Amino acid sequence: MPASRKVYMISGAVTKFAKAHPDMDFRLMVKRAFDYAMKDVPKLKASDIESTRISYFSDHFTRQLKAASMVQDYLGMNPKDSRRIEWGGATGGQAVQAGWETVASGRNEVCLVAGFETMSHVETWKGNEFIALASDTNFDYPVGGFYTGYYALMVQRHIYEYLRKTKFADIKDERRAQRAATEEAKRIMAMVSVKNHVNALNNPYSQYPESLTMKGALGGEMVAYPLNRPMICTMSDGAAVAILASEEVAYKYTDHPVLIKGVGCGTDTMRLADRPHANVPLFEWETAQYYSKLKYPGVHSFRAGRTAALEAYKNAGIRDPKEELDFVELHDAYASSEIQTYEDIGLCRYGEGYDFVDQGHPFLEGVDYGLNLAHRGTLPVNPSGGLIACGHPVGATGIMQGVFAFWQLQSTIGKHFGNDKLQIKDANRGLIHSHAGTGSSVTVTIMERA
Amino acid sequence: MAAPRKFSKFRDVMKEVNNKGAALYKNPVGTEDLVILSPYKINYIHSYAEDSPFFLGLAQGKLLGSECTSCHYRYATPRSHCMECGHETKWFTLPKEGKVHSWTTCYFGGEEFLKETPFNLALIEFEGVDTLLLTRLKGAAEKDVYIGMKAKAVFRKSPRYLISDVHFVPAK
Ligand SMILES: [Zn+2]
Repeated sequence: MPASRKVYMISGAVTKFAKAHPDMDFRLMVKRAFDYAMKDVPKLKASDIESTRISYFSDHFTRQLKAASMVQDYLGMNPKDSRRIEWGGATGGQAVQAGWETVASGRNEVCLVAGFETMSHVETWKGNEFIALASDTNFDYPVGGFYTGYYALMVQRHIYEYLRKTKFADIKDERRAQRAATEEAKRIMAMVSVKNHVNALNNPYSQYPESLTMKGALGGEMVAYPLNRPMICTMSDGAAVAILASEEVAYKYTDHPVLIKGVGCGTDTMRLADRPHANVPLFEWETAQYYSKLKYPGVHSFRAGRTAALEAYKNAGIRDPKEELDFVELHDAYASSEIQTYEDIGLCRYGEGYDFVDQGHPFLEGVDYGLNLAHRGTLPVNPSGGLIACGHPVGATGIMQGVFAFWQLQSTIGKHFGNDKLQIKDANRGLIHSHAGTGSSVTVTIMERA
Repeated sequence: MAAPRKFSKFRDVMKEVNNKGAALYKNPVGTEDLVILSPYKINYIHSYAEDSPFFLGLAQGKLLGSECTSCHYRYATPRSHCMECGHETKWFTLPKEGKVHSWTTCYFGGEEFLKETPFNLALIEFEGVDTLLLTRLKGAAEKDVYIGMKAKAVFRKSPRYLISDVHFVPAK
């Protein structure tokens, strides 16, 4: 990375994500989170904040254009520099990086990143429609635009590439082989769903904590084959804030800032149908030979996620993420995309995502999932419960991940959650991952204990 | 409007707002929130612009793809400039038959398509074409569909000038 200033996160906060908050509009939600974050760094005065980066995804949900200006106004931040950040599902992750750039560039010493979404203002069906309008409205939406449908298309091909062609290669009848592979994938996706819901039992900010069992996860109502309800995140109301500061001032405000060590960002075609079928951009520890038969990314993997991870690891000096990260908070809008993302960000190779779960690597030690796991705790993924269990108020989600990672790296989960069951001991470095569209826009940010 | 009635379940508030235009929510956090109906309907005057020939083609029972005039990358979902090299593309007629590259059956959806559930979505691949086409796959139940299955295009008799003027069905 070209020389830039070091940027630290010095405080953060999240409102409890909920189906609806009719008692608070978006301005008040952000204000509540902002006040909490300010209280956590009493030496910081509102006047020390030089700029804001305010994120929300959809004007359709708020039915209020320029809602970011209303947040700026309500927080009493006028007449400071501000802008709205929007990047689909990755809106929150992009807002964190926008704040990082503001401080890294030397423009400001302290920048407030704040995000929200109020999705409860329409019925779920209308909400699905709004979200689907974030697909090509000429070619994708009118076919029956539905994001869970798009993700089902992607995971079906992922299953075909990585289970049908391997573990189920001996079954001759094509249809039967694919069904068997899909059943196996469903079992493993259910494990992801169990992990995230059970983790959330100890996260008071989460929307859907649940002692989910495999039976419950597999028995959920089918939404788009093979994705069922417990494998899908829901719509939420919520807000989150992160306060970023330069090295010069960070220690003035807190003894425990967290370094934003590296940022990365990647993109891909808006339409799923247009994804190339070419070669895998490789991590240092991978070989082209291993992927010689793979057409990449196709619709089975996220080239944007791989690209974002490559850049973030380069900037953070990470060679082997599985060895060098202590936890990951990733964008599990679907249990399927959590597994696909393991491979994109190099927690394992392409094709190894299902085994990575089955062997227990992303599960926490010290939490009872009712599962028999051989290698649990190697690299906990979504210790907070992720989007599946915390909820997904889009403009806040990526910032929420930053806040949970910040508390993990400060070792203050106990203080903020009221219990330290989810605190990863000696967590030194974490990754947050924010993801939009059908994988058209992804951010990866590496955070480190300072 | 009559004075809004009070409800303690938000589900009931939503129903009342849809029927009567307003309701009070007795919020467990201790507040009483006034909730009103706020309708929103827009008619856009939408031009297909450079993609127009594709939609006119559907009305004539033709599937048009685009091929790069420089690197000859072939797109099943058309675009007027090549994403690989940036050159202009020209139109070509796609085969009417292809194979299922991936698929799903949707049991839920956005409001507009909810009444059509369950329906199959499929990405279709065509011989010698580099990208795919997203479509509905009709005439097959969830248990019948598989990747690699042959499928052929069927066109709507009276066009609505939407991508849904074409769908696919299983082919022998
Ligand atoms: Zn070209």
